[in-house]
Amino acid sequence: MNNEINNNIEVISNQNFDVDYFKEKKINFRIFKDKFFKYSTIAGALFISLLLAYILFYIARQGISSINWNFLTELPKPPGEIGGGVANAIVGTLIMILLASIIAIPVSIAIGVYLSEDKQTKLSYWVRTGLEILQGMPSISIGIVVYVWVVLQMGSFSGLSGGIALAIMMLPVIAKSTEETLKMVPYSLKEASMALGVPYYKTILKVVLPSGLSGILTGILIAVARIAGETAPLLFTSFGNPFMSADVMKPMNSLPLVIFNYASSPYKEWHNLAWGASFLLVLIILILNITAKIISRKWKIKF
Amino acid sequence: MENQVLNIENFSFYYGDSQALKDINLSINKNRVTAIMGPSGCGKTTLIRAINRMHELTENTRTEGSIKLYDENIYELDPIIVRRRIGMVFQKPNPFPTMNIYDNVIAGYNLNGIKLKKSEKDIIVEESLRKSALWGEVKDNLYKKGTFLSGGQQQRLCIARALAMKPEILLLDEPTSALDPKATAHIEELISELKNYVTMLIVTHNMGQAARISNDAVFLYLGELIEHGKTKKLFTTPQDKRTEEYLTGKFG
Repeated sequence: MNNEINNNIEVISNQNFDVDYFKEKKINFRIFKDKFFKYSTIAGALFISLLLAYILFYIARQGISSINWNFLTELPKPPGEIGGGVANAIVGTLIMILLASIIAIPVSIAIGVYLSEDKQTKLSYWVRTGLEILQGMPSISIGIVVYVWVVLQMGSFSGLSGGIALAIMMLPVIAKSTEETLKMVPYSLKEASMALGVPYYKTILKVVLPSGLSGILTGILIAVARIAGETAPLLFTSFGNPFMSADVMKPMNSLPLVIFNYASSPYKEWHNLAWGASFLLVLIILILNITAKIISRKWKIKF
Repeated sequence: MENQVLNIENFSFYYGDSQALKDINLSINKNRVTAIMGPSGCGKTTLIRAINRMHELTENTRTEGSIKLYDENIYELDPIIVRRRIGMVFQKPNPFPTMNIYDNVIAGYNLNGIKLKKSEKDIIVEESLRKSALWGEVKDNLYKKGTFLSGGQQQRLCIARALAMKPEILLLDEPTSALDPKATAHIEELISELKNYVTMLIVTHNMGQAARISNDAVFLYLGELIEHGKTKKLFTTPQDKRTEEYLTGKFG
């Protein structure tokens, strides 16, 4: 009897041992998989950060030597001559960004307000789909369309047409971010304003929009950062111009065009200018993005 | 009859096809607090939102009958005018997060583009904050954001904002449901004092609160007005069996 029990116990403990051993092996494998998964996500994150750092470093190393006072204030010189700058491209870029902003900001904020107010209608569904398609549209196609609509009508390449092409690219970005921001503004604020007898349009302009200001500003800065480096839509619109021009009806130079034209030229001096322009452009976009981040964090309104 | 500020006559309310209020008749006297009670979904909030036409923000609503402010049918006035004369305080305190305390109180004027001298504004702000018993706590911090205040203070700020428009009627939609007991007691005390300046309608789930602060009480059930009378009378000798059952906690 006792033996039998002892035997049984032995059998059971043996089994247990087997099971435990088997489990432990499996658990080790699972722990390995767990760690592998965790470290591959970290590796991915590190990879993208290092890649960005390396691109920035590389552009800075190539471009920083070209940047000096002359680079910022002089016009490009003919090939063969040393020196020269991209002052006309800097001015052109700024003017076209300004033009694009003037056109795109009011329109896209209006679209964003509409989408956040009329969430469920058929029209808002189509507008939302349209914005998504527009956002995914190749920038060169937008350039061609503006070429046909504006450049051919005006009879010449111009800064204005470049601004219009860039404005079309900004539109979906700002409209979407405005919509998302305004959706976060609580309905109770609108009620509070309406209950004071404030008309609908003033409620939107003076209560709802200011409450979403930081998000809208962030969207605008990101949109500007996005278009500042666009080359394709400018190829057939603002075209480029070796001289200084602030006339929006005339062809205008811009930093991305300088990079495109000079980098593909055979002259060493022009290559340097292109690297300098690249560095300047990256710097501008970096500053815009960082400012956007700071604004969205610091100015955030808690409801 | 001169005492009557508000007259609701044969008033029905529909959300699409479903009727939320059925043939309500109710008159509200000046400088009294009227509590609107009833179980959830009986139409309390619908009724007071219809009084300053806030229901029009919701699509697909329809009304029948009339609501008269003195002699004027509010459905024939501009809703903007109606809302300036009939103020509202909501369940959750909702001060404007972009504005400081001072601007929150004067918001009704600023947002409506009513131009006032700085001295006139100062007077309105101080008066409104004193009436809402907030002046002592915020007078040194008038230019701080209103959202830094505690929940109870925020709600009193919202009351001050509504009072600043000098409304004839103040609608309070469960104004203490988001507040702790202490802040609730403070608001209740305030409501009892405010009836000297303004006629109030208060929606409440809390029967104790209705008994403490109201002069008159209305009992709504399934969209119908079951009983209306002096609070004391309604609580001690209700005429209708349903009122009695609700007050004794048999349903609701």
